[in-house]
Amino acid sequence: MSSMALQPDRGSQSPAQTSPALSGVWVAVAAITMSFAAFTSSLIIRQASGNDWRHLALPGILYLNTVILLASSLTVETARRKGISSLASMRFWLHLTLTLGAAFLAGQAFAWHRLRTEGLYLATSPNSSFFYVLTVLHALHILGGLCAFIYVIRRTASASLWRVAAIDAAAVYWHFLAGLWVYLLLVLRTRL
Amino acid sequence: MSDASAPVAHQHAAPTGLLRKYVFSLDHKMIGKQYYGLALVSVFLGMILSWLMRFHLVWTNAAIPGLRLLSKNGAPGGVMTPEYYLSLLTMHGTLMVFFVLTNAPFAGFGNYFLPIQIGAEDMAFPRFNMMSFWVTFVAFLVLIASFFIPDGPPISGWTAYAPLSAVGKDAGPGLAWGQNLWAISIGLFCVGQLLGSLNFIATTLDLRTKGMTLSRLPISTWAWFITSCIGLLAFAVLLPACVLLILDRVAGTSFFIPAGLVISDHLQPHSGGSPLLWQHLFWFFGHPEVYIAIVPAMGIVSHILMASMRKPLLSVKVVYGSMIAIGFLSYMVWGHHMFLSGMNPFSALVFSFPTLIITIPATIITMIWIGSIYGANLRFHTPALFSLGFVSVFVAGGVSGFFLAQPSLDIYLHGTYFVVGHFHMVMGVAAIFGILAGTYFWFPKMSGRMMNDTLGKIHFWLTFIGVYCIFMPFHFLGFAGNVRRYSTFVDDYLQPLLPLHKFISIAAFLTGAAQLIFLYNLIYSRFKGAPAPENPWEATSLEWSTTSPPPFDNFGGRHVVVKRGPNEYGVDGAHGDFIMQDSPEPEPAAGD
Repeated sequence: MSSMALQPDRGSQSPAQTSPALSGVWVAVAAITMSFAAFTSSLIIRQASGNDWRHLALPGILYLNTVILLASSLTVETARRKGISSLASMRFWLHLTLTLGAAFLAGQAFAWHRLRTEGLYLATSPNSSFFYVLTVLHALHILGGLCAFIYVIRRTASASLWRVAAIDAAAVYWHFLAGLWVYLLLVLRTRL
Repeated sequence: MSDASAPVAHQHAAPTGLLRKYVFSLDHKMIGKQYYGLALVSVFLGMILSWLMRFHLVWTNAAIPGLRLLSKNGAPGGVMTPEYYLSLLTMHGTLMVFFVLTNAPFAGFGNYFLPIQIGAEDMAFPRFNMMSFWVTFVAFLVLIASFFIPDGPPISGWTAYAPLSAVGKDAGPGLAWGQNLWAISIGLFCVGQLLGSLNFIATTLDLRTKGMTLSRLPISTWAWFITSCIGLLAFAVLLPACVLLILDRVAGTSFFIPAGLVISDHLQPHSGGSPLLWQHLFWFFGHPEVYIAIVPAMGIVSHILMASMRKPLLSVKVVYGSMIAIGFLSYMVWGHHMFLSGMNPFSALVFSFPTLIITIPATIITMIWIGSIYGANLRFHTPALFSLGFVSVFVAGGVSGFFLAQPSLDIYLHGTYFVVGHFHMVMGVAAIFGILAGTYFWFPKMSGRMMNDTLGKIHFWLTFIGVYCIFMPFHFLGFAGNVRRYSTFVDDYLQPLLPLHKFISIAAFLTGAAQLIFLYNLIYSRFKGAPAPENPWEATSLEWSTTSPPPFDNFGGRHVVVKRGPNEYGVDGAHGDFIMQDSPEPEPAAGD
C-alpha cells in the first residue's frame, strides 16, 4: 500500500469519545496486573514458608531478551506515531515489532532449554517452579500481543478497514508487557 | 469521562439461523438469558443436593431411592457415606456460589439490561461476550462431570482448602480426578467472568447514549458497573490460585503442600509449601465474591423499590457512594475468614477492624431503604414483596456478621452452624431474593408476557417464611456448639439438637417445593401469560421505553437521547407520577 495520509476513523462514535478497545485494554491491564501481583505475592510467601528455597543463576540470555523486548516497545511506539502520517511506514515498524517479539519468545524458549539442561524442571524446586510459571505465563501474554499485531497489520491492508484505536490499544498492551517483564525479572533476580 | 454523543453502530447484523440466534448468539439479550438459564438449572441442582444432605442429617440410616444410581461407592444401598456427604456439600457450595449467585444477578440480568439501560445497542465486545458465556458453560459441564467419574466429586468443600485439595487421591474420595475437574472448572469460570467484567466496564464507560452521564445511570447499572470492577480484580486472583493448585496436583510442584506430610500412611513427595497461601489467595477472591453476589442484588432491589414506592430513595448518591465503599473495603477483609487458620493472631485485629468498618456503608444503604419505605405509598406487587424480603433477610443475616467480625467470638462460632446460618441468610438467600425480585420485575420485558401475580405472592410468602424457618435455627445450633460439615450427629451433646434439625429439614423440603410454583409460573407465563405492555410498572429507565421484548437493536433504530436522571418518581408527568429518562417533557419541579 502506498504511503497515504490517514484520517482517524472511529466508526460512528464522536472523536471525543474513548474507544472501547482502548478502555478494554486498560481494564485487561488492570486484571493482568492483579494476577501477576497474586503470583509474585505467592512467591514472597512461599519463599518464607519453607527452608527449601535455593538461589539459582538466571540464564544470561534473559538480559538480552529484556533488551529485545524494550526495543520492541520503542518500535511499536514509532509505528503508532508513524501511523498518523504514513500507513506503509507504520506497517514496516509493526513488522519489526513482530519480529522482535518473536525473537523475545525464542530467547525465552532458549532460557527454558538452558535450565532444563542444568536439571532444573518445573517441580525441581520452588524457585524453578516460580521461574517457569511466571515466564511461561508472561510468554503466553506476549503471544497474545503478537496475535494482536498480526490483526492490526491485517487491518492496515485497506484504509477502510483501518481503526486507529486498534494500534493504540495494541501499543498500550505491549508497553505494559515490557514493563511487566522488567518487574518479573527484578522479582526473579532478587528472589532466586 | 465525557458521555458518549451517539451509540456505536451495531457491530453485527441480526442473526437468521437458529444456531446463531439461540446458541452461539452475539446478542447481549440472548447471552443474558443463557446465563439466567444456566443459573436456573444450577439452582435447582444445588437445591436437590441440599435436600439430599438435609435428609441424610436427620434420617441417617434411611436409604434415598435412586441415590445408589448416582454413586455406587458414595451411596452403597442408597445411604450416603460421610465422604459422599462432603462431596455433595462441595458441589452444592460450588454450584450455588459460582453458577447461581454470580451468574444470575450479575452476568444474567447485567448482560440483558446494562446495555439497554445506557441506551446502547449491544455490549462493547459482543464476541468476548459470547465467549464468556460459553467458557462458563464448559466450566459447568466440567464441574458436573465429576458426578459421573468413579472417583466422584471432591470432598474439600467449595473453598478447596489445601493441602486436602492439593495432595491427590491419598487424601480421600474425589480428590484425584474429581478435584482436578473442580480446579479446571473454576479456572475456566474465572476466565469467563474476567471477559464479562471487561465487557461491562468498557460498555458502561464508552457506549452510553447521548445525555446519559454517569450521574444519570440507573442504580442497577451502577451496581453492575461496581460489581464488574470488583469481579475483575477478584477473579484475576482466583485464576492464579487455580493455576498453582493444578500444578501442585498434576506437575508435582509444592506451592501449597508442606514437607513431611503423611496421608494414608503415605509420605507425600512435596516440600515446603504453604497451605495458608491457598487460603490467602482464595479468600482474597472469596470475600469480594460475597459482594459480587450482593451488590447487583442491592442495585436491582433499589431500582425496583423506587418504582414501587413511587419516589426516589432518600439519597441515591449516598447509595452509590456506599456501594463503591463496599467494593473498595471488600479487598481488605479477607482475613476474617481465617481467624482459625493459624495465621498470626495479631493480624486478626487488622482484619477485624475493616470488617466492622464495612458494615457502615452496608448499614447506610439499609437505613436509606428503610427510611425511604417509611411513609411511602407502596405498590405491593410481587417484585416489591421480594425487594422488601431482600431488605429483611439482608438485615437478619447481616446482624450476625457483627458477632463473627470479633475474633474472640469467631473462634467459638466459626466451625459451627452459626456461620452456615450467617452466610446463607446474608449472601445466599438475600441474593436469591434479589434475583427473584429481578425476575418478576423484568420478566415482562424479557418475554413480552406478565407473570401471574397471585402465584408470585404465594411463592413469596412460602419462601419468605420458609427461609426464616430454615436459617434462623442455624444460629441457635451454632450457639449450642453444633459443628458444621459433619454428616451425622452421634455425639451425646448433639442429641437434644436433633428435633431442631428435623424441623429445619422439613422446612427445607417444603420451601424447596414452593420453588416449583415459581418454576411453573415462569414456564406457564412464558407461553400463556397475559401480554405485557411496554412499561407495566410505570418505571423511568430506558428499558421501559422500548417494546416488550426489545427488538434486536434494542430501540428499533431509534436514537435514544437521555434528558434526565432515572429517579423521576412522584412528579407531575404527562403519563402519571413519573417521567421517563428519554421523555422530552420539560424539567419538573421535583426530582434530581
